[in-house]
Amino acid sequence: MRYVFKTSYDADIRLFKHRAQAVWYGLLLLLVLATPLYFVAIGDAYLLGEITGVLILAIAGMGLMLLTGHTGLPSLGHATFMAMGCYVNINLLGAGVPWVVAFPLSGLIAGAFGTLIALPVLRLHGVYLALATLAMSILTSDFVVMAEPWTGGIAGAAVPDINLFGIEINRYATPYKFYYLVLFVAILLVWFYRNLLRTPTGRSFTAIRDSEISARAMGINLTRTKATSFFLSATAAGLAGALFGHSAGYVTNETFDLVMSITLLLMIVIGGLGFIHGAFFGAIVVGIIPVAIANGRSFLATTFDVNINVPGLESALFAFILVCFILFEPMGLYGRWLKIRTYFELFPFYRKDMFKRQKSYLKTDRIQ
Amino acid sequence: MDFLQLIISGLANGCVYGLIALGFVLIYKATEAVNFAQGDFMMLGAFVCIGFTNHEYMGLNFWLAVPLSILVMGAFGYLFNWGILRHMFGQSQTSIVILTIAMGFIIRFFAGATWSHEPTSLETPYAGQELRPGGLVLGVDEVLIVVVTAILTLVFYLFFSRTRIGLAMQAASQNQLAAYYMGIPVKRIHSLVWGLSGMVAAVAGVLFASKGAIDPSTGLLGIKAFAAAAIGGFGSLPGALLGGLIIGLVEPLAARYGPPGVSQIAPYAILLLILIFRPGGIFSQTQRKKV
Amino acid sequence: MSLLDIQNITLKFGGLVAVDNVSLAVEKGEVFALVGPNGAGKSTIFNLISRFYDPVAGTIRFDGHDLLQNAADQVPGFGIARTFQNIELFEQATVLQNLLVGRHRHRQTGLLSNIVFSPKAYREEVRHREAVEEVIDFLNLQPYRDKMIGGLPYGVRKVVELGRALASEPKLLLLDEPASGLSVEETQDMAFWIEDIQTQMGISVMMVEHDMGLVSAVSDRVMALSDGKELAMGIATEVQSHPAVIEAYLGTGEVSKTGTSRA
Repeated sequence: MRYVFKTSYDADIRLFKHRAQAVWYGLLLLLVLATPLYFVAIGDAYLLGEITGVLILAIAGMGLMLLTGHTGLPSLGHATFMAMGCYVNINLLGAGVPWVVAFPLSGLIAGAFGTLIALPVLRLHGVYLALATLAMSILTSDFVVMAEPWTGGIAGAAVPDINLFGIEINRYATPYKFYYLVLFVAILLVWFYRNLLRTPTGRSFTAIRDSEISARAMGINLTRTKATSFFLSATAAGLAGALFGHSAGYVTNETFDLVMSITLLLMIVIGGLGFIHGAFFGAIVVGIIPVAIANGRSFLATTFDVNINVPGLESALFAFILVCFILFEPMGLYGRWLKIRTYFELFPFYRKDMFKRQKSYLKTDRIQ
Repeated sequence: MDFLQLIISGLANGCVYGLIALGFVLIYKATEAVNFAQGDFMMLGAFVCIGFTNHEYMGLNFWLAVPLSILVMGAFGYLFNWGILRHMFGQSQTSIVILTIAMGFIIRFFAGATWSHEPTSLETPYAGQELRPGGLVLGVDEVLIVVVTAILTLVFYLFFSRTRIGLAMQAASQNQLAAYYMGIPVKRIHSLVWGLSGMVAAVAGVLFASKGAIDPSTGLLGIKAFAAAAIGGFGSLPGALLGGLIIGLVEPLAARYGPPGVSQIAPYAILLLILIFRPGGIFSQTQRKKV
Repeated sequence: MSLLDIQNITLKFGGLVAVDNVSLAVEKGEVFALVGPNGAGKSTIFNLISRFYDPVAGTIRFDGHDLLQNAADQVPGFGIARTFQNIELFEQATVLQNLLVGRHRHRQTGLLSNIVFSPKAYREEVRHREAVEEVIDFLNLQPYRDKMIGGLPYGVRKVVELGRALASEPKLLLLDEPASGLSVEETQDMAFWIEDIQTQMGISVMMVEHDMGLVSAVSDRVMALSDGKELAMGIATEVQSHPAVIEAYLGTGEVSKTGTSRA
């Protein structure tokens, strides 16, 4: 067990609690920076593309985590904001706006759009908000079709390549550059996210999550704070959507569907609600499942000559994992990781009830 | 005449939506949980009945298969609460929402793997039969839907106002803690409510599958039923049915008289508009917490 | 002029009159206690001051401001902090984070400078932490500083809630049953703290409390309520022996004398 003797306010404010932690995260950074070297060595960048996809999902996941994990507002419609970001990006690029401007703008416009949508429903409680965003998510595909001049409708739209200060970036032609670009965005957002959590804005989000009445009694304006959270959340989703478009190369009205919205929500729960790590852990799980299923399938086919081909297996397996997590590890993968780490740090003094949480009994949201 | 038939088929659809909505209003009223998988319960009920009845599966007599599948779905609902949800007592409502969404995925997969991914119809003894009262041509299946829904509504009304257990369920819904102190076994009541709503889902499924084909993704219909429940204000059983009828009628009418595409999005647009402007439902008076 | 001035306030829930034409004033530097049986409307008055409820009649003025013209989240900005009868802490945060939320009314940086953690945000953060550390020292919360609220014993949570209110550096502190559920020793600590808050920090205190020992130990003036109406007003011993008060407590003839009794 490490004791941290805090001798200044900085000790609490700093990003890393102690030097060892900073070293570990430094090593992690080196690892992700060096990852492409491996793929250069084997000369096949297919898996790197998958890893980039996981990073993009994690960016969207961070957006949803801020809203659901830190502000306590569920959303079943984040694919809608991704769609918004993606199409704004396409149109801006098409109009000749340079990528460095178009990309952040697509996030901000998605954020503004999200806030506009959310404002009327923000006074609603959890389940109602979930329903409203669900309806929005279902309508997305129809609206994409209706907005054909900008979205290409059912036929879809091709996403232009990125031109960053003269460097052409394309997911297939230059997978390494694309990886570093996405990585940069992800790390930048993690830094923003961490900053939020150590300043008044982030604390007002968690205050609302844990007790609205108390938050109000501390002077926090519920509507404005929730709207801020929604804005930031939809902005991150919009950025992820723009990157997703570049990664997919071609998007149609069915790209950002309900399943994607739901996957995002299930993803952050599996990863661990209320932790930035959770968004990444969850995205990794979402990225691994199809690979695992494909491998399992080919293994069964070659070894036992059994062919399994059932549609929906992926979602069902994912859902099954989620049910197990909610039942046995409500804190998600990150919570499990924390427990394992604490077990070794405290060995042999770890107690099973160390992470026990006070149960909050269901409060009715019908009357308030 | 044409218009009348449009109305009647809309009403029949609306009854199915209403029944699904009834299922989750039941659960919401009694347990404060929202079952996002209620539509999938309906789909599962339909497939269970298809599995009993259709000749390529078990080929049982239809009139034996229907009560059997209602029983199976009742047991399924009861066990779902007893086996899974009961252990989440005290976790946030959001986790329950997410859990039921995940259950929906699992049920869809299970139904597809066990029965079929193709649209399948229930083989009923009354398939294709028609009634011709005064020049109208009404499918027996459609008439049956309306009649069964009306009977079910009456039964539920009597159940909640007359029987001991119905009253206990109401008490448990209005104040869980107080009901607990009064010696009402709240957790068992919860399981019973889930069982009951499974049975309603089975009825809705049987009716739906006897009228048209059903496939695993039909469960997503449940979202239209949310719109129905929202119109009724989520807490009211008759409101849910009425909401179902409204949605059922809006769809064919919008398809007939509205611009193309409107009928598809109408239920969800209604859901969104109601949540924004009248979150308490269009019939509700707002409540205030006392002291 | 009084710090808090409530005139003829009335609140109805449907047909029930929860607060019936009550007037009271809390002076600067005073400890003012509200006593009375359950359901007398004591906490309701707190909720009226916090603007959680809208009165049907009457005025509430604080430090020259008309509170009824402001929303609930603006009330703390004038310098009113409060605790709750059934502790309302942020469960999934540490003690330190809870106290920092108490500083919300002193927030000066906006979203943008928070996101990039500008030097201004950094300086503000240090200031908040200085203020919070003082409160932690004052209430002896050092052992629990980085503990999650979820795992803390009841007595400590009660103190954390007091600390969160103090962290906002209020002019008026509303304490809703500060001693309920506390042991004799903890109640004694609470009495010392309330006294220090009044004398050293110069903060006025208004509290709802059933423990008459604590009330008579710390309060300057006491108001007794029953069924939303004022029964008696004065120093603790006067109110305790007032016939109407004795009758309101079911005619037992005496008010609870348990708890602390300090000279």
